[in-house]
Amino acid sequence: MNRRRLIRYVLPTVAFLATIALWEAVVRINHIPPVILPAPSLIEQTLVKDWGTLFGSLLVTLKITLEALIVATIGGTLLALIFAIWRPIEYAFFPFAVILQVTPVIAIAPLLLIYLDPRVAVLVCAFLVAFFPILANTTLGLSSVDHNLLDLFQMYKASRTRQLLWLRIPSALPYFLAGLRIGGGLALIGAIVAEIAAGSAGEGSGLAFRIVESGYRLNIPRMFASLVLISLTGVAIFLLTSGISYLMLRRWHDSARGRES
Amino acid sequence: MAVTIETRTEILVTVGTPPPLVRLEGVGKLFPNGTEALRDVHLDIQRGEFVSLLGPSGCGKSTVLRLLAGLATPTAGGIHWPSTDHELSFVFQEPTLMPWANVFDNVWLPLRLRSQSRSAARPRIEEMLAKVGLSGFSKSYPRELSGGMKMRVSIARALVTRPAVILMDEPFAALDEITRTKLNDDLVQLKCESDATVIFVTHSVFESVYLSNRVVVMAPRPGRILSEVTVPAPLPRDEEFRLSHDYAETCRETSRMLRAAMEETPAGKALAE
Repeated sequence: MNRRRLIRYVLPTVAFLATIALWEAVVRINHIPPVILPAPSLIEQTLVKDWGTLFGSLLVTLKITLEALIVATIGGTLLALIFAIWRPIEYAFFPFAVILQVTPVIAIAPLLLIYLDPRVAVLVCAFLVAFFPILANTTLGLSSVDHNLLDLFQMYKASRTRQLLWLRIPSALPYFLAGLRIGGGLALIGAIVAEIAAGSAGEGSGLAFRIVESGYRLNIPRMFASLVLISLTGVAIFLLTSGISYLMLRRWHDSARGRES
Repeated sequence: MAVTIETRTEILVTVGTPPPLVRLEGVGKLFPNGTEALRDVHLDIQRGEFVSLLGPSGCGKSTVLRLLAGLATPTAGGIHWPSTDHELSFVFQEPTLMPWANVFDNVWLPLRLRSQSRSAARPRIEEMLAKVGLSGFSKSYPRELSGGMKMRVSIARALVTRPAVILMDEPFAALDEITRTKLNDDLVQLKCESDATVIFVTHSVFESVYLSNRVVVMAPRPGRILSEVTVPAPLPRDEEFRLSHDYAETCRETSRMLRAAMEETPAGKALAE
């Protein structure tokens, strides 16, 4: 392992551990009560002690996030393909997509909760925020094709289907994957925001509900424990989507390769 | 008696004026934004010829290629292909490879678009890769190749269908001098092996004279043909030709015509005519 790689991996780890240690020290030295700021060690103990409840909530949030992301991926990609095949549809529907995107999901959630079953409402909220980046990026990708390659396909009299399958879709892949990475993070945010909006009206089992509930009970360590799990979920989704992107692009796309030095 | 005469006439016609592969007759191209890319272009290209279109930028030489390729339509005049057998291929200034596909699949594309399976196309693709000196690179991705190698892939892709006409739009402009010289030699070689007609756009006098039977010099604003130079040496050519008096003399003459095209002065016009 050379020095640069050492710095690349060791430095962030050391910085992270140092921050945790500092936090622990500040709490202990100043005798800060857990109700105000729990020490990392206490948060960890809470995680272990309440694991049964928290793990159940984690699964609920994770399930909603992934479901929303999958539906958004399929829906966003299909709609982008329809846009690419028939432009007028894009003109007709793109404004709706934009309106849904620019309206904060927290403002939509209470309405959805009136009309829909809380679980479905949360799912729809997470879907709404994850859907747009996937749609927008894939749409952009499908139209960002090398013009010379388009000319070449035209010269060889390629059908529109083949042009789509062999040229437009592969060209769009890096754009789609960038959209997926953004959408993955947003799906989690959407799910959490909607769960908080649902509050006690919901089934009340996701991680965001645990935060609200623990807040009412002044159980600050558990709030932090839930928060830790949410962060970890976000990191996991990021790593997963980045990993998928890397695997699919590493052979050919500039973004997945180091620069020759 | 009448039959004999008819036959004789036919022979005379065939021998006297072989029909061109393609004839451009008073071709003009006016873009919607008002730019007149071409005006009144007359040009006959014979089967098997290597013709270069030489001129400063903006003289419409690339437009001529796009019109021949059927990627654009003339706004005046017409393009006539007397025979139906004029399968085309195009080599762009950039290699224009699909970055997600390896070298083999890139060369396969034209055959794939004719529904030829990978295994059926394999012998032909490997033959072409060998001809352009890229055997053993079929699994490489464009990203992993040098500029010259990418251009070789692009040429292999253009030739894989055994086209009758190869249209090349400044294919070597972005390459360094050494690579360009080597590719020029290889292109002459490939052309002689395939008996295809090549229409080659360039802004290099030396390249056009070295490669072509005929250099067509074009002038800008509006794009038009100014003059023509016939290169007095048969293809194939080699290093010997590069050092010959004929080559130097033809280059000098072509340069003079090109200068006339660029200066666009009455004196320049007179010189060219």
